[in-house]
Amino acid sequence: MTILTFTIILLVGAYLAGLVGSLTGLGGGVVVIPLLTLVFHVDIRYAIGAALLASIANSSGAASAYVKEGITNIRLGMFLEIATTVGAVIGALLAVYTPTNTIAILFGCILLFSAAMTLRKKNQLALTEGSKTSEFLKLNGSYPTPAGPVDYKLKNVGAGFSIMTLAGILSGLLGIGSGALKVLAMDSTMHIPFKVSTTTSNFMIGVTAAASAVVYLQRGYMDPAIAFPVVLGVLGGAFTGARLLKKLDPKVLRYIFCAAIVFVAAEMMYNGFQHKF
Amino acid sequence: MNANNNGKNLGDRDIELLVGRLLRTGVITASCIVLLGGILFLIQHGSAPMPSYHHFNGEDSNYTTFGGIISSTLQFNPKGIVQFGVMVLIATPVLRIALSLLGFALEKDKLYVIITTIVLCVMLFSTIGGLKV
Repeated sequence: MTILTFTIILLVGAYLAGLVGSLTGLGGGVVVIPLLTLVFHVDIRYAIGAALLASIANSSGAASAYVKEGITNIRLGMFLEIATTVGAVIGALLAVYTPTNTIAILFGCILLFSAAMTLRKKNQLALTEGSKTSEFLKLNGSYPTPAGPVDYKLKNVGAGFSIMTLAGILSGLLGIGSGALKVLAMDSTMHIPFKVSTTTSNFMIGVTAAASAVVYLQRGYMDPAIAFPVVLGVLGGAFTGARLLKKLDPKVLRYIFCAAIVFVAAEMMYNGFQHKF
Repeated sequence: MNANNNGKNLGDRDIELLVGRLLRTGVITASCIVLLGGILFLIQHGSAPMPSYHHFNGEDSNYTTFGGIISSTLQFNPKGIVQFGVMVLIATPVLRIALSLLGFALEKDKLYVIITTIVLCVMLFSTIGGLKV
């Protein structure tokens, strides 16, 4: 295979990764890693480097559109970024010492469990009563819907913050955006409407990934020949995804999200058992 | 979509619009640089067989350090240009936090000035804190 063929296939794959990542809030990295390792037999460390870049490109590309529409809760994102960036730095440090196979399998189990929980809970209502912490941190907000702006309030801020730290650690450790855990922390734990949690998660992934990306760049995990088709492809997909999200309703989005989360879980566990990490 | 529709005050909305513009500018700039480097790379090496990425060798210091990336970009080295774009991409979220900090300061939102400063410090620590192993 020539470099040109490799580049074109990778470009198409990264486009699809960006599309799925943007629609679900998972981040493009989760699709880029199996594509590179299973299809092209690229060493996992190059895949992690590319996945981190994909996550940043995906997040920033889609977030710029969502922020303009006023769906993203910037204060909430900023507050939770304390947890995710500290976690990401810890994760990047742990990456040197931890057998990631173990973590990959554990993570897969948690994700499968979470997907089941998400499918069981069908209603997605905005809370009218928030906790004192959410009031103090000014985390409650409103977001535009076709029927006009909807106000929402938050609870379980502490628990959400803890899950976010874990999301950050996994992001730094495995090079993925950990968007699934981010959405779960906001959606299931803090009871934020799905569209807000998806877009705010997307918004945060860029900062989380950037916190560990510098460490990975300095360690030599970023190969330019892999980085360039991945970055460009994911960006294209993310822009398409941002447009599609406006036309899809949260219910459809939730099914896509569940399918994606099962896919991520299977991918993580498979790679863990195969000792591919 | 105006500010009143959102039920948010004007200050918040202004920051959001600025943040959106910064993210878009950063990503577009980064992808243009990466595209330029990528095209040059394909022109020079496109017909060559795909290198083996099966074993991890790590990149050499021309593509992993700030100085190395800058000097290889100035030499018009395609891989160096791609890495320069990668650096711009990584810097975009960091600049976004800095912009948010400015926004919260203008709004005199002390709580969020503190929160944003903490995030920015963590980012700077990971960038220059000697985490290289």
